[in-house]
Amino acid sequence: MTSPLLSIKGLSLAAERHGAVTGLVDDVSFDIQPGELFAIVGESGSGKTMIARTILGLLPPGIVVTGGSIDFEGRNFAHLETGEMRRLRGREIGMIFQEPMTSLNPSIPVGRQIGEALRLHEGLSERGASARALEMLRAVRIPDPERAARSYPHQFSGGMRQRIMIASVLAMRPKLLIADEPTTALDALIRGEVMDLMIGLAREIGTAILLISHDLGMVAEYAQHLLVMRRGVAVESGTPERILLAPSHDYTRSLLASLPERAASADRVPAPLIEVSDLEVAYSARSRMFARKAPPVRAVKGVSLDVRRGETLAVVGESGSGKTTLGRAILGLCTGSGGTVSFEGEALDLTGCTRSRAFRRRTTMIFQDPGGSLDPRMRLGDIVAEPLRGTVPRGERAARAAQALEEVGLGGDYATRYPHELSGGQRQRVAIARAIIAQPDLVVADEPVSALDPSVQHQVLALFADLQKRHGFASLFVTHDLAVVEQVADRVAVMYHGHLLEIGPRDAIFDAPAHPYTIRLLEAAPRIARADGGGFEMVRVTAAVPEPPDGHAWFEDGDGPTMIQIAPDHFVACVRRTHTAHPEEHP
Amino acid sequence: MLRYAIRRLLLAVPTLFLTALLIFVLIRCVPGDPAQVMLGDVENPAALARIRASLALDKPIPIQFFAWLSHVLRGDFGQSISQERPVAQMLLPAFAVTASLVVPAVLLAVAIAIPAGTFAAWKRGTRHDTAVMIFATLALSIPSFWLGLMLLLVLGVHFDLLPVIGYVAPWEDLRGGLLYLIMPVLSLGLIEAGVLVRMMRSATIEVLGLDYVTHARAKGLPEWLVLTRHVVRNAIAPTWALIGLTLGALLGGAVVTETVFSIPGLGKLMVESIFARDYPVIQGCMLLITAVYVLVNLVIELTQALFDPGASLG
Amino acid sequence: MVGGILCAIMVLAALIGLIHTPYDPIAIDYHDQLASPSAAHWLGTDEWGRDVLSRVLAAAAVSVSIAAATAFIATLLGALLGAAAGYFGHWFGRITVALMDALLAFPSLILALCVVAVFDAGATGVIIALGLAYLPSVFRVVRAAVLSIKGRDYVSASIVMGNSRGYTMLRHILPNVMGPVIVLATSLFGWGLLAESALSFLGVGVPPPAPTWGGMLADSRLFLDEAPWLVLAPGIALSMSLLGINLLGDALRDHLDPRTRGR
Repeated sequence: MTSPLLSIKGLSLAAERHGAVTGLVDDVSFDIQPGELFAIVGESGSGKTMIARTILGLLPPGIVVTGGSIDFEGRNFAHLETGEMRRLRGREIGMIFQEPMTSLNPSIPVGRQIGEALRLHEGLSERGASARALEMLRAVRIPDPERAARSYPHQFSGGMRQRIMIASVLAMRPKLLIADEPTTALDALIRGEVMDLMIGLAREIGTAILLISHDLGMVAEYAQHLLVMRRGVAVESGTPERILLAPSHDYTRSLLASLPERAASADRVPAPLIEVSDLEVAYSARSRMFARKAPPVRAVKGVSLDVRRGETLAVVGESGSGKTTLGRAILGLCTGSGGTVSFEGEALDLTGCTRSRAFRRRTTMIFQDPGGSLDPRMRLGDIVAEPLRGTVPRGERAARAAQALEEVGLGGDYATRYPHELSGGQRQRVAIARAIIAQPDLVVADEPVSALDPSVQHQVLALFADLQKRHGFASLFVTHDLAVVEQVADRVAVMYHGHLLEIGPRDAIFDAPAHPYTIRLLEAAPRIARADGGGFEMVRVTAAVPEPPDGHAWFEDGDGPTMIQIAPDHFVACVRRTHTAHPEEHP
Repeated sequence: MLRYAIRRLLLAVPTLFLTALLIFVLIRCVPGDPAQVMLGDVENPAALARIRASLALDKPIPIQFFAWLSHVLRGDFGQSISQERPVAQMLLPAFAVTASLVVPAVLLAVAIAIPAGTFAAWKRGTRHDTAVMIFATLALSIPSFWLGLMLLLVLGVHFDLLPVIGYVAPWEDLRGGLLYLIMPVLSLGLIEAGVLVRMMRSATIEVLGLDYVTHARAKGLPEWLVLTRHVVRNAIAPTWALIGLTLGALLGGAVVTETVFSIPGLGKLMVESIFARDYPVIQGCMLLITAVYVLVNLVIELTQALFDPGASLG
Repeated sequence: MVGGILCAIMVLAALIGLIHTPYDPIAIDYHDQLASPSAAHWLGTDEWGRDVLSRVLAAAAVSVSIAAATAFIATLLGALLGAAAGYFGHWFGRITVALMDALLAFPSLILALCVVAVFDAGATGVIIALGLAYLPSVFRVVRAAVLSIKGRDYVSASIVMGNSRGYTMLRHILPNVMGPVIVLATSLFGWGLLAESALSFLGVGVPPPAPTWGGMLADSRLFLDEAPWLVLAPGIALSMSLLGINLLGDALRDHLDPRTRGR
């Protein structure tokens, strides 16, 4: 066996602040072989990012190495001087960060940034560096590389910026690439592309990758070796197959088990509570004085669906699909510009956004950012009791609030605390308590768990499902995460660019999807399911695109899709095919 | 980019219009016959009638405003009561003098603030940082006119190093002019530096925490290069904006400083005219000062894009 | 912390100045002109024989009350207008914004000079002039804060649960706007103090014989070489007060900004 590229033995880190020392990482050891893809999986606070920083020698001030050693290609880091360490960085070891928005200098053109390390380490001239930069841009498949090299970071999307980062770091052909949550901030479909690109390029050059992530599912798919960390301690180590098949540590087990599973679905079809018909929501782009009036942005284009009593309708889509706007339009938080929405048969005022008191009392909303939805100056008890204002006398309100908090698992003295004293998961529980305290008929949940850690997500989702069973409210559940949908949804609606593409019962959507876009979404999300024998296994969905109904093609974009029923309660958007023979369109 | 500039320029027009309107209203608030006010204490029925006609005093107020405005736009600010010269003639040399005071003061402040702020942020938490911050806070707490007086006291009177009163235009006599300028520029510039240092420091601290700085270090760049190429460039943006915001205070400070050092600039002119009840001059100074202020702010806003390509074009 | 102490000293001095001073600050004493600091007169006397210490204390009272009144008026009016503009928007918002922008086109001291020149009304004139000059700053800050908070989820949550717009404004928006407003009000107090001193220095502020720090500094110019204590005393008093206000403002800002607040 060849000697390892990177060897970490007994590494310990601690944070020093005002004299107090808190341990961050305790006695972690692992090796990375040349060309290997090694992954560290952990939630926030596990110390995984700090380890990455230590390898580069870029620990933030206040954090120190308290023990252990790092050897790179046989050389011990402790023996290197700062100058040598610097030469190592960038040339032999490169790093990619999570947040594409802030990882590039906004005031320098992209081409120069890529060439910077080349000029520094290899002494290339301006022209040599630009040529190499162009080469790399082409390798990461950025369109029109010459123009891109002269453009600034803000002119690119998140996914493209990550690709530019990959180009920049791999331009130096380093021996080790550290990727810290490289795709977390990207949309699901783009995620796969970026990962494949990064891994493919690294393999070509022979670069080993240290992948850091909280997403066990994604990691298990790519990594050759896996290290699970929790609160600074290495909990489990091995190959993905071994870990999945027989996880030895409880925490690993809980991470795997925290991936949502399907709940049993109901049989009968309940009556519709909310009926949406051809809803159009458009808002005018910011018009500035003396500028040409920009055409309005259509966020929701002709969507029709029902939300039935007591059911959970999950609306799935990527950013820009209009799923959030749909929920907000129903609740009157934004103006609709066409179509109708009725609540129990009565039409709602879409343009004026007024809603009757009765409507307000029977509908509530849970927001994505747990911190932003609670007034920071109010105590939890008051926050939760606020919806009862006007209907319930003051004394009783406090009692009801305490009861609601108990129901979400925050009993006792939580009522007197303030939001900033709680964790994200706890705050979301408070938001849920506030949402259900008035016994609503409809809860619109806008990405309620997206901002939480995976294990916390599981708990909050379980709580939500439990409360729904007990109280019987309907829910419009908006999310981009398919795994979450699988656990809570009765029916699933798939949206893309403002259009409704497919809607049907959960089992139908997951087991027999019809629309090509739905299939792409399912394929992009590798899932881990329980296998027989007590372990887990990776489930990759590959489905062939089915034939559209006679005389139609699957709707892609544009106007005027018709929803055609292809199975009981299962509708897909189609367009009428023109009668001249066209080759079947596959996306 | 050009379109953005033109749009901003056009947006400045209504502001200038409203400003002129405010000045007009303000001057009209002076009790008495507006024409007589412009004439001062002089008894001259012919001139009175002439002014009355040119100000269109017998027509309704909006027409009076436009009559006044048309004079202003043609460069006719009226006649000074105390000096019997066209106001416009008095304004320009005074403006040049004030500019020769304010511009070097700003340059001095920037020259101090950028390195000092960057240094303090880089050495955050150490004695050096604390020292810089103490200086900065002290500097911005001291009134500029008191600093001027103290400089006068120490350098002018006590040690007799620099001239105490008077002014010589630098473009006439560079060396002599500079001597007269040192103390006033110092008193304005040092205080402005205090304000800017703090902003530069906090902007730099914020930038230092951003990913692309860590990325630059991860590339193996030496620290000084990281600072100059990546950090300073982006931290300057908010500081630059702050210069525009504090320009008003700086101009106010200049007014007083001119009085302290007896420098014949716009500020001193304005103060003297206030005492002399020379309303045409007061009006002229106001118009010029506000116009310059708006335009300079506009320039700063437009050049902001140089430092921050992503932000302002939104 | 230090700021708090300095401010307390300043307020104390003002209060003392209001109530009692060692000597009558405007009493002229021809026998003792331009005396240097001594046991009888801790800070010496000025060219009229008036005790400098008493004058400094009395001036504290005058300057502090003017600055406080200015800050109060500017904050109150600016906040009301700003909140209304931010929340209700539309034409009212646009008109007020345009008006405020126009007012902001005047450097504040210059605007104050002009207003005082035209209206010529002593202390009240100064307060009105400075209040008017600082009003737009408060307006801008409040309006921006209201606009930003308007978009927060907890405001949407309030609407969704059925609260009226008025209630939402009072209960959710205003309390969260208070933070930056208080910091700004502290700054305004400092600017007002500085501006009042500048105006008095130029001779257009509060008329004599009422003592003001600015006025004292103006008078001291003629005697720079003979009686340096005349420049030092009011100047140091003014600087220390401003320093105290600035430090206090900084501490307030750090305390209220969630980013720098250690949690």
